Amino acid sequence: MAISRRDFLKVIGITGVTSAVATIGGVLIGRGEDILKEIKPASKVRWAMAIDTRQFKTDEDFQKVIEACHKAHNVPNIPDPIRQVKWIWVDTFEKAFPTIEHEYISEEIKKRKVLLLCNHCDNPPCVRVCPVKATFRRPDGVVVQDMHRCIGCKFCMAACPYGSRNYNFYPPREFLSQVNPEYPTRTTGVVEKCILCYERLDEGKQPYCVEASEGKMFFGNLNDPDSPVRKAILENIVIVRKPELTTKPMVFYII
Amino acid sequence: MFEYALKGKPRYWIWLGFLATLILIAFYFWNLEHHIGAGRLLGLHRDLTWGLHIGQLAFFVGAAAGAVMIVLPYYFHNYKEFAKITVLAEFFAVGMVLIAMLSVFVVMGQPPRVFYVLLYPTPNSIIFYDLIVLSGYLILNLICGWTVLHAEYKGVKYPAWLKPIIYLAILWGPSIHIVTAFLLQGLPGRDYWLTAIMAPRFLATAFSAGPALLIVLALLAKKLTGFDVGQKAIDTIAKIITYAFIINLLFFGFEVFTAFYSGIEHHKAPIIYLFFGYEGHTEYVGLMWFSMILALIAVVLLVIPSLRRNETTLVLACLAIIASIWIEKGFALMIGGFTPNPFHTVTPYIPTFPEFMIAVGTWAVGFTIVTILWKIAISVYQSKEKGVFIRS
Repeated sequence: MAISRRDFLKVIGITGVTSAVATIGGVLIGRGEDILKEIKPASKVRWAMAIDTRQFKTDEDFQKVIEACHKAHNVPNIPDPIRQVKWIWVDTFEKAFPTIEHEYISEEIKKRKVLLLCNHCDNPPCVRVCPVKATFRRPDGVVVQDMHRCIGCKFCMAACPYGSRNYNFYPPREFLSQVNPEYPTRTTGVVEKCILCYERLDEGKQPYCVEASEGKMFFGNLNDPDSPVRKAILENIVIVRKPELTTKPMVFYII
Repeated sequence: MFEYALKGKPRYWIWLGFLATLILIAFYFWNLEHHIGAGRLLGLHRDLTWGLHIGQLAFFVGAAAGAVMIVLPYYFHNYKEFAKITVLAEFFAVGMVLIAMLSVFVVMGQPPRVFYVLLYPTPNSIIFYDLIVLSGYLILNLICGWTVLHAEYKGVKYPAWLKPIIYLAILWGPSIHIVTAFLLQGLPGRDYWLTAIMAPRFLATAFSAGPALLIVLALLAKKLTGFDVGQKAIDTIAKIITYAFIINLLFFGFEVFTAFYSGIEHHKAPIIYLFFGYEGHTEYVGLMWFSMILALIAVVLLVIPSLRRNETTLVLACLAIIASIWIEKGFALMIGGFTPNPFHTVTPYIPTFPEFMIAVGTWAVGFTIVTILWKIAISVYQSKEKGVFIRS
């Protein structure tokens, strides 16, 4: 069958219009990319923290840090140990690093107490699984939690390999002796966790825990070679929790 | 056609009333949970945040597959023996998917916010896809079953537009297991779940437990109403169950081999906890071996042809399969996934009575739907057989 004049013109017309659109679109997209390159900040901020486990010795050292965080963020003090809410807490080295723990390492290290909190992973599984974007990663690496968006499905708690997330199994307001009006209280049935004091970071301050640690924790921009956290990592032997999962934790432990 | 659901013997109404009571009890506990907090009512804790209810999601998503194994041979291979059970299987799937969806719903800590999943669609979350495939499967089966039955009621062949929808429903079936398995198998640090065999195992357990439950219900319906789906249909389904269940046991063996031959401690740990106990905790050792013994009994009863064709032993085999897979998939799967916890210690989980009653309530909703839809379907078929409209 021969192609009719009408069909031939149709094909020519469609081809012409398509290539014109593609060309213009291509130029525009290309320009958009260039513009984006120009407006991206030259040095990206990536907040990170290093905890010097050698310097934390007495219970008081830990308590000061925990209290500073929990009081400021209205974290309820729930007596039920397996249904507590805790943003930052203490456990032994062997519990915190179960895949590194070995029977012949020194008893001092095995039983050494370490501070645990959300790792603000660079590759956070909790963010990946949240069905409503209630937990998300800011461009500066802070993994935040929106307690007003959270539907309480607890998927993030199954996804977090560090046990750093808390579900409000009890109405949290019943377990608050005093309320900080600067920060919201929560309701039952939502998940919460450490937010790395992003509101303070935005004001140029350090997180409460770092401030209260009095030099035992180092904080700063990981991309800045002169930041306290980069120096601490360079000058000491540091480990992260469960590196084999490649979640890339941003909380480093100096051993 | 729906009028058949409104007429029935007293036992029909008593049964529906019983289910309604269970739903009310579940509603009471569920409502209470959101007032006093899950910690005061449920057995869940920090280290095990998905328990009995997500287990029910896994199990009943599987049960819904009862439909695929019947509808596929009927429509794709024109297997006429399944003519009378096809609509029943589709209606059965509707009820089972509903249980699965409700099981997720009751897990939500903030139920009024559940539609955020649609309001803020998040394609990187598997829950988003699970919602799509589950609700899709529910609607597809309802449309297919109802339209085919209505054509039967009118004494005509079902309309041509239904054919592509039927095919879509068949292809859609496996997606509900695959996506539900993906909820679990993509999580780092949960070694019991982090295995590629999870999705195939979900399919194998689905294609055995689903049809097994369907056989039990079909034989129960035969006893109660005299409606017989046919001996040959039951025989064929029993063969499907046999193959699927043996494949499931093989898959379990593969998993055990990988964990123990590799010798990786944290891969072995959940299996050791469940079957032998870990660090002095032996909560579920007895239950897991009970499930294994049930599985072996089922295999023996199904593999021997004379026992498989005998209605009594077939029902026993089906019940053994349902119980075995329920223990393993509807319960232990969650415990193994969360235990040992991220600190490699054991925090035991024991579901509470209210937790169990909430699960029972979701079952009651599903079985109410199955009862009503089956009542309609069986009434339509029986009135056709007798050539008159009967009231029962």
